[in-house]
Amino acid sequence: MNSLILKTASRYLAAILLVFSIHMLLRGHNEPGGGFIGGLIGATGFVLFAIAGSVAEARKALRIEPQNLAMIGLGASAVAGLSALFANKAPFSGLWLFLFAEEGSKGLPLSSILLFDIGVYLVVMGAILTLVFAIEEEV
Amino acid sequence: MGATSENPHQTGFLTAWVPVVLAAAIFAFFAGMIGDVSAGLAPEWSWAWLPGLDVALAFRVDGLALTFCLLISGIGTLIMLYASSYLNGHPEYGRFALYLFSFMLAMLGVVLADDIIALFVFWELTTITSYLLIGFNNAEAKARRNALQALFLTGAGALALLAGLILLASIAGSTRISEIVQVEGLTEHRWFTGTLILILLGAFTKSAQIPFHFWLPNAMAAPTPVSAFLHSATMVKAGVYLLARFHPAFADTSLWIWSLTLAGAATAVWASILALRQTDLKQALAYTTLMALGTLTLFLGQSDAYAMTGFITFLIVHSLYKAALFMVVGAIDHETGTREVAQLGGLGRLMPVTALAAALAALSMAGLPPLLGFIGKELLYAGALDAISAPVLVTAAALAANALMVAVAGIVALRPFWRGGVEALPKTPHEAPWQMLAGPVILAALGLIFGLAPSLLQDTLVAPTVAGLLGTPDMAKTLTLWHGVNLPLLLSGATLALGAAIYALHGSVRAFLITTLSRLPAFDNGWDVLINGLKRFAAALTAIIQTGDLRDYMRWTFLTLLVALVATGLLRNAFLWHFDLSDMSFAVAAILIITALAAVTATRATSRLMVVIAIGVVGVGVALIFITFGAPDVAITQLLVETLSVILVATVMLKLPRLYEGGTNPFRAGHALIAVALGGTMTLIMMGVVQGPLDLRLTEFFEQSAWVDAYGRNIVNVILVDFRALDTFGEIAVVAIAGIAAYALLRATSYHKKGEEK
Repeated sequence: MNSLILKTASRYLAAILLVFSIHMLLRGHNEPGGGFIGGLIGATGFVLFAIAGSVAEARKALRIEPQNLAMIGLGASAVAGLSALFANKAPFSGLWLFLFAEEGSKGLPLSSILLFDIGVYLVVMGAILTLVFAIEEEV
Repeated sequence: MGATSENPHQTGFLTAWVPVVLAAAIFAFFAGMIGDVSAGLAPEWSWAWLPGLDVALAFRVDGLALTFCLLISGIGTLIMLYASSYLNGHPEYGRFALYLFSFMLAMLGVVLADDIIALFVFWELTTITSYLLIGFNNAEAKARRNALQALFLTGAGALALLAGLILLASIAGSTRISEIVQVEGLTEHRWFTGTLILILLGAFTKSAQIPFHFWLPNAMAAPTPVSAFLHSATMVKAGVYLLARFHPAFADTSLWIWSLTLAGAATAVWASILALRQTDLKQALAYTTLMALGTLTLFLGQSDAYAMTGFITFLIVHSLYKAALFMVVGAIDHETGTREVAQLGGLGRLMPVTALAAALAALSMAGLPPLLGFIGKELLYAGALDAISAPVLVTAAALAANALMVAVAGIVALRPFWRGGVEALPKTPHEAPWQMLAGPVILAALGLIFGLAPSLLQDTLVAPTVAGLLGTPDMAKTLTLWHGVNLPLLLSGATLALGAAIYALHGSVRAFLITTLSRLPAFDNGWDVLINGLKRFAAALTAIIQTGDLRDYMRWTFLTLLVALVATGLLRNAFLWHFDLSDMSFAVAAILIITALAAVTATRATSRLMVVIAIGVVGVGVALIFITFGAPDVAITQLLVETLSVILVATVMLKLPRLYEGGTNPFRAGHALIAVALGGTMTLIMMGVVQGPLDLRLTEFFEQSAWVDAYGRNIVNVILVDFRALDTFGEIAVVAIAGIAAYALLRATSYHKKGEEK
């Protein structure tokens, strides 16, 4: 597609979409959002980039093969799920670490659940981009 | 291991001896339990396996189990020793030993398991390992076919068995066999007949009872050590074991009595006749195994103390002599290069030790005193005369089968060694190596020792087994060579006379059998017809359903779904026809109307862009409904997916040809009908669902625990990543695989295109 406006705008739009996708991912535990939605939004950013410019540019911007991204995500989720075994819990139980927690505040909550959701994010984004890039290159 | 480096196929010392030593250790372990078991104890072990279903990996050693364990591990040890020499230098001996040993362990599992699920798992393990063993010579098409036949038949039987065992467990309310057999009123339950038939199917296929008998002789495609192991003490006796295991619970029902009596009698007599027909020593032995299995089944149909004592004695006798004879035949084959009766003779002087072992085993098989076979046969006759089903039939069947056994024993074990006038053999025979002699000699000698001193078996194995079978102690009859002059003794005499007569005439009898039997339809050919028919049916069905056209796949999928839903709904009268729509808001109604209009538009559109937009509107309409009912997460996901699919389709669309030639959209009545019917059915179902009271227990649970247990306020996401994280993990695995599969598919077509362009 040869639209200069879209091409120029898409650089900023894609960046905003990516930041927004991470925002959705991180707030997902308490507000609408999460890994699935975040991954879809993130994928939209790169798809926009690919449509406005070319798939080659989008691939370059992604820096990693999308199928590898999906596999890394799957691995991250697996690690998150199995990490519970080291704490003698059933697999896929959540492990929580509340950094700087004080009375009345949870501080910075880190958890295996977060890693799991990041894995979901990467899988969704990776799988969709694998598909979209391949189709765009094919037709 | 110096020899190994010179000859790559030389079987290594460890490969040859580790299985033997391990098997011997197992034998010693079980031998150490004889004291406890003969004192009436039954050692048990149990580990929780599926506690939620009350399934345990439970083992129990009673008389029956111990008898089998000793036979399996004892004969197993000798077979491992034998095989290390028989297959010495075979490039895949290590694999063979592994299969054989795995089979032995699986078989021990079957006879020790006290839990029906554990029993079934071990049962199937024997099926699989025996498949590998029968097909060990996998370069031969015949071996592969026969292995598959055994797998299919015993596998199908095992499925029936599984169903039967599960029914049995639900009737009895326990999965423990030792508890099930003691449940009162089991046989009066209305499911009992079906349950018993299913269990009998499993046992009869495994133990090759008519009409499932034909796989067993075919399984002789296996190397001889396998035949000696699988068809003497083990695999085929698993079915008999199962019958014996459930004998205490079922033996007083007429279904049990008659099905076992008839199947057993038919198998015993028919197999003995077929045995006489064979000219290959190993095939002849295979049919005598069938005869023995028939006899064991026949006597398990009875409940008399003589029949039970006879059963367990004959079981031991048969395992000893049959394993010995198979190993002898293997040794003959190994040393002479043939197993054809007509070519063999005069081996007695060349292979004296083998000849002695063969003679002892054959005398036990023929049931001559003072061997254990004689005692077994006397007990069987005594049991037959007291049979509850039809004493005359049982006695006649036993007499006919035993007389034919006498003749076959002569043919298999005497003629090759003592017949004069040997023709030129493929190889010059000499005595087999000691590893191949140990098995036959020890087993044949045991037949003699136990015959002379039956008290060695009486209290150790026979009495506890009979007590288990009959449910009361001290019922076992005494094993003794001399009962005085009585009817069983006279029957033994008649058996010998008849057998000797058949042996004298066997040449002409065989010729007669071959001409007669070759005119009868054979079960084995029937099997081929069945399998080929199945293949043709599968091919025809595939040609109809899987045409390669996406529209056909969708049509069949939706039609199947439609039929399943409508049939279920109508049969259960689950459809509601009156709905209360009064509380529907104006907004929802408007969204629904717009969505429905968009759907109709999609079907009537003539350009692809129109279709994509219309479907996009449907998607957005659905998302709006989600928002209206307070499910923002689902709505967001729906909107994003719609957006992405519109982009995707739009990209593809630019390259596609026009949707319809000539720009008009033809009306497809069949498609419309399926679509409207399925949509209507789904609507009916959903309307029915929302009419009923909504069960809010899960919602309440998640609302309460999401924050407390999982530190999250967004219930949907907490469910996704925490409460049901394993499901999510499965889903993302599917997403990742789907992405990569689609990628591979697209790339494959592009390579294909490039190839064509060149």
